[in-house]
Amino acid sequence: MAARKKVTIDGNEAAAYVAHQVNEVMTIYPITPSSPMGEFSDAWSAVGKKNIWGTVPIVYEMQSEGGAAGAVHGALQAGSLTTTFTASQGLLLMIPNMYKIAGELTPTVFHVTARSLAAQALSIYGDHGDVMATRQTGFALLCSNSVQEVMDFALISQKATLESRIPFLHFFDGFRTSHEVIKIEQLTVEDLKAMIDDKYVKEHRSRAMSPDNPFIRGTAQNPDVYFQGRETVNNFYTACPEIAQKAMDKFFEITGRRYNLFDYYGAPDAERIIILMGSGAETSEETIDFMTQNSGEKVGMIKVRLFRPFSVEHFVNAIPKTVKSIAVLDRTKEPGSIGEPLYQDVITALNEKCPLDKMPKIIGGRFGLSSKEFTPGMVKAVFDELKKDNPKNHFTVGINDDVSHTSLDFDANFSTDIEGMFSALFFGLGADGTVGANKNSIKIIGEETDNYAQGFFVYDSKKSGSTTVSHLRFGKKPIKSTYLIQKADFVACHQFSMMEKIDVLKSVKDGGVFLLNSPYTVDDTIKNLPGRVVKQIKDKKLSFYVIDGYNVAKETGMGSRVNTIMQTCFFAISGVLPKDEAIARIKDSIKKTYGMKGDEIVKKNYNAVDKTLENLHKIELAELKGKGVELPPVVSDKAPDYVKVTLARIMEGLGDDVPVSQMPVDGTFPSATARWEKRNIALEVPEWDPEVCIQCGKCAIICPHATIRIKAYDEKALKNAPAAFKHIKAKGKEFEANTEYSIQVAVEDCTGCGLCVEICPAKNKKEVKRKALNMVPQIPIREQERTNWEYFLEIPEFDRAKANVTTVKGSQFLQPLFEFSGACSGCGETPYVKLVSQLFGDRAVIANATGCSSIYGGNLPTTPWAKNKEGRGPAWSNSLFEDNAEFGLGMRLSIDKHSEYAKELLARLAPQVGEQIVNDILNASQSDEAGIYEQRERVKLLKDKLKKIDSNEAEDLLSIADYLVKKSVWIMGGDGWAYDIGYGGLDHVLASGKNVNILVLDTEVYSNTGGQMSKSTMLGAVAKFAASGKPVGKKDLGMLALNYGHVYVAKVAMGANDTQTLRAFLEAESYDGPSIIIAYSHCIAHGINMQKALEDQKAAVDSAHWILFRYDPRNVQQGKNPLKLDSGAPKIKFEDYAYMENRYKMLTKSDPKHAANLMKLAQEFINEKWAIYDKLAKDDKTSTEKN
Amino acid sequence: MDLSTKYMGLKLKNPLVPSASPLSKSVDMVKRLEESGASAVVVYSLFEEQITHEAGELDHYMSYGTESFAEALSYFPEAKEFNLGPDEYLRHLNNLKSAVDIPVIGSLNGVSAGGWLKYAKLIEEAGADALELNVYYIPANIEKDGTIIEEIYVRDLIKIKKNLKIPVAMKLSPYFSSMPNMAKKLDDAGADALVLFNRFYQPDIDLADLEVVPNLELSSSFEMRLPLRWIAILYGRIKANLAASTGIHTHEDVIKMLMAGADITCLCSELLGNGINRISEILKDLEKWMEEREYESVEQMKGSMSQKSVADPAAFERANYMKALNNYKLLI
Repeated sequence: MAARKKVTIDGNEAAAYVAHQVNEVMTIYPITPSSPMGEFSDAWSAVGKKNIWGTVPIVYEMQSEGGAAGAVHGALQAGSLTTTFTASQGLLLMIPNMYKIAGELTPTVFHVTARSLAAQALSIYGDHGDVMATRQTGFALLCSNSVQEVMDFALISQKATLESRIPFLHFFDGFRTSHEVIKIEQLTVEDLKAMIDDKYVKEHRSRAMSPDNPFIRGTAQNPDVYFQGRETVNNFYTACPEIAQKAMDKFFEITGRRYNLFDYYGAPDAERIIILMGSGAETSEETIDFMTQNSGEKVGMIKVRLFRPFSVEHFVNAIPKTVKSIAVLDRTKEPGSIGEPLYQDVITALNEKCPLDKMPKIIGGRFGLSSKEFTPGMVKAVFDELKKDNPKNHFTVGINDDVSHTSLDFDANFSTDIEGMFSALFFGLGADGTVGANKNSIKIIGEETDNYAQGFFVYDSKKSGSTTVSHLRFGKKPIKSTYLIQKADFVACHQFSMMEKIDVLKSVKDGGVFLLNSPYTVDDTIKNLPGRVVKQIKDKKLSFYVIDGYNVAKETGMGSRVNTIMQTCFFAISGVLPKDEAIARIKDSIKKTYGMKGDEIVKKNYNAVDKTLENLHKIELAELKGKGVELPPVVSDKAPDYVKVTLARIMEGLGDDVPVSQMPVDGTFPSATARWEKRNIALEVPEWDPEVCIQCGKCAIICPHATIRIKAYDEKALKNAPAAFKHIKAKGKEFEANTEYSIQVAVEDCTGCGLCVEICPAKNKKEVKRKALNMVPQIPIREQERTNWEYFLEIPEFDRAKANVTTVKGSQFLQPLFEFSGACSGCGETPYVKLVSQLFGDRAVIANATGCSSIYGGNLPTTPWAKNKEGRGPAWSNSLFEDNAEFGLGMRLSIDKHSEYAKELLARLAPQVGEQIVNDILNASQSDEAGIYEQRERVKLLKDKLKKIDSNEAEDLLSIADYLVKKSVWIMGGDGWAYDIGYGGLDHVLASGKNVNILVLDTEVYSNTGGQMSKSTMLGAVAKFAASGKPVGKKDLGMLALNYGHVYVAKVAMGANDTQTLRAFLEAESYDGPSIIIAYSHCIAHGINMQKALEDQKAAVDSAHWILFRYDPRNVQQGKNPLKLDSGAPKIKFEDYAYMENRYKMLTKSDPKHAANLMKLAQEFINEKWAIYDKLAKDDKTSTEKN
Repeated sequence: MDLSTKYMGLKLKNPLVPSASPLSKSVDMVKRLEESGASAVVVYSLFEEQITHEAGELDHYMSYGTESFAEALSYFPEAKEFNLGPDEYLRHLNNLKSAVDIPVIGSLNGVSAGGWLKYAKLIEEAGADALELNVYYIPANIEKDGTIIEEIYVRDLIKIKKNLKIPVAMKLSPYFSSMPNMAKKLDDAGADALVLFNRFYQPDIDLADLEVVPNLELSSSFEMRLPLRWIAILYGRIKANLAASTGIHTHEDVIKMLMAGADITCLCSELLGNGINRISEILKDLEKWMEEREYESVEQMKGSMSQKSVADPAAFERANYMKALNNYKLLI
């Protein structure tokens, strides 16, 4: 038998490694945090990696998890060994098929990264809420606690399912285990073959549907026999635990790793034990070791491996006879239940068969929801609670529950202090490559030395300027610390400004090492250090090293990526490996990582390593003479209390300390809080030159973050203007002579994308490189522009009723009610979202599909959805990924009902409120801003009157009178929703004829989950699950919608034609029926220069890949052709556009012949499409109708 | 009629050689060039930027935005291997060698002293019969003295010659203070041929957008006068062969160049503008012309009107300028 390799991988790779080798078909759908399992499998199949039977498994992406489960079911029925990977809502969508698969006794393993369910809020992080929602389906539930176990149990579950015929759900903790990188022993192909008995594979195949051996399965049964049929499976469930145990026994024989259905760990004579599943068991094990070895405490735990079918026999046998009290820990919440599932099962099991002389005291509690930390201090708190005479039942641990007082107190400083363990923390920016470098360091140490290594990475929820914290542990013993580092030997801060926002040295040990990447000289670094940091360095007597990594990166051609440089520093000063050995290993690793991408990249990195050592400086404590710079408060004093008290703590990274009482009971948060989160992430920001400006408004319409604003106002407003505040006479006949015009940039909110500068058409006549907007360094103008911005906000908004919203210029006087989102710098989606907020935001209700737009639109701590001075603004909600169109339609139905009922009440109350106002309200035209303003005034008057009437009907009308003003329902989301998972609902809503507006933010790929193919992906483009380029054309959603005839349809690309975009939005909203706008949204997932993205948009239109059109059913009534093309015949070849983008270009580098072939097909596809649209637009509608 | 010529030790069946252009990007196209009568082909250039920047660009876009956001730790599937600029070029060169019988000349275009020079060796290993080194250098630095620039050419050539067995031609710009001296330096450094001249694409200004834009204009026969003069002057004074490049469109242009002293004539604009068949047409016209005037071979014509061979050598120098100006005055 071949020796087993040691590898440093994460849980997802561990599961996929086995699953790919013991299956034939894999149907999947991406969902965080399980997506990488499918991606690994797809990548392996793409390069021809075979399973243990010597054939390459088929990996197929479906349109939803419901679809994936259906396809699994079908593939199983047809006899293939089939699997899928999923999590959270995805698992919920699989439940119907899980009943079927289990009911038909079909062997399969679903690998699940256990993740929170969307309840009061969505969360991508880990707990067992999703898994517990399937415990009634008939699937066996097997839990892995660590990455090693993930690999092992993936195999054990495969063996057990084949032999028991019970389908298995193999789960492990989302992120904590799925994304933890750690050194494990990799199973060999021989191990896999030795475990899987082909006899059972053949039996599975023999039960398959086949016309050569026909039968029917899936009948309908009546009351006479259904019940009996349901009871037929009992023996299989009874046999299953023993089969699983035998699989574990066999595994032990092969590998020497012993597992049991219920594993006891701890003192043999334990009196207090805990029972739990998942990664928390590892931390518990570490804590138990500490408690038993250091203070001789009689504690232990039972790790539940097979939760379903629950074997009472095996369970009770695992409990030491000395046990007196038990705490059952569930990583889930079931509101309204007597207790959580594991707790209830333990009680029931012991009630049925107690092995002890006396029934122990049993309490249950919740921990770790949404990856909430579960530390040794918390484990100890649970054991301490068990010591009490009356321990708290139904407790929580890890939070401060000051409302229902369920939480246990714990010692946050309690530490297990593992001897010989080296802990390192790295604070970096997403863009600087810190995480990649750390993953590389783990590989170096884990795979090339005899040390154990572990890495876990924490990301914030911003897509621009995001911060990352890497937690790395190294040591001679296996690492079981499944919690974040609490005491670090080494701390590196890769971005100077992070020290201003985060307490980076909070966890460093006394005498530890601190490495700082500083843009300053050594002297200036000392001068600019925050006071808190200076004090910590001195108090803790840290060894303090500084490097200007950005300068080294610049000099060595590394751009802004300081990854290799900071990694070299880490190895040079941390002492985890001898310095020379470490440097040699880094270089070796560079060769491995970048060799494929060319020698030049390798050389560049080598050079960076060498230059780093020359530029690393140690600063002695004696050199730190000053007190350091005082830090400003996290948010302004002017912020509302809720922002200051709660949201600011989350911004500061102290969200774990927020007590239950400060969280809303129903997930409702105030709007307009992003404005308080001054992130200052842009190195450069635009500066306005009024003299050059032609006042076209293009900069404002394209700005993804609403940080560039325009106002035209009476000159009197300038009375107290700051000296540096810029303004100029407004240009245009529509303005009175005393009208001033200002463009103001919110420099602290700007992400520095530069799109405004790119789109600006005005060039300085003396020096054409200067435009009306020019990028300048942010820091020197920060203070001045902060004052200007605050002043600008005080200037009255332009009168909406007077703005000519049909022009780009006029529309940009409207206040954006979507501002400063966390979207990517230069995002292609948010300009459209912002435009909706400007045009209709004060009367908009928005249903937002899960995806990028729900994350940048609704991820804590703050919300970009804002409100105007009158307190009006978009009402926004996210339901799910798959149901957004239906969710929005429901809103429309509700609003229509309110409006109808209000009108009925109004008519009934006419005698009391007056016929005139009733008639005026009921007959009001609300077709423009002026009409809406007048209606609001009438409704205001009506409400005043109603307040004076003492009747139920008047009160009723008062509560819904606002619905007499027109509301605008917007249903928005990405192409993953509209083309794939939500298409059925979207189609139904289009067919409904109801007045909703659908905005599809089309990036042609799943952007939020990292670039998986959607049906919107174009032929020839590379995406995950289309590694060889998508072989078929993009789904024509516009044409499908247009076929209804009664739907307003537009296809727009703001970067190519902003006026057409604006018209489409206005027409769609004004149409009293369903409207859909499909908006080209450039995206980071296209592999483009985001600053030049507007060129991509233009090229997409010029090549006719993206045909701009508007289809307005109202034109038919006027005898006109409803379809109007707003762009012309192809001006450039498709490849001239496509090869501007890495998604197409990369295929020319990996498979040039295939790329050329796909490009030819793509051009033909486009030509055919264009011919169809051209013909439709030229058709004489009137003659067609006559015929 | 013997149309053959010798160029850098290669025996060529005639003096018509398509120069580096997109025409050599496909194997089929090069086959057609051969069928039309081309005696060798200079393959399109492998650019320094391709080597140094393409890999960087790919790395940038593959890693841009990765490891930043928990749900999207990457945006593209990892490919098993990438054929970056040099690999693709070398493979193509290799394919060409097996597809055609005529000599295949590789071309390397760059300026810095960087790692790109090592690709000369790889071009040799891929089977090229010779290498054309195109040092495309616009000396925009006001501080940089002309001798330093001349040294760049010599430095690159020496480096490459040291490692290569195949012959190397240097493609030059016409803007040296002393063209003959520069030619001599390169000759001394071991150049097997000089290609006169590189035709720089000059930028234009787009008045609508106020942008500087690249502008590719095909050459005209008039532009051949510049190389014609220098070939005539250099012929017989250096060991290296001379290749005439720029402005060669007709058999007459070819003849003039040969008479001035060129060993081969390189065609580009004519083929791009009027098609590959022009090679066979020019060859036919060349033969006809030679027959009519009873020339026996190309060798016979070569250098027959070089500065050394003409009755009035000053015609290639300043005196000719005076004469031309005087004639011009007479015309107006």
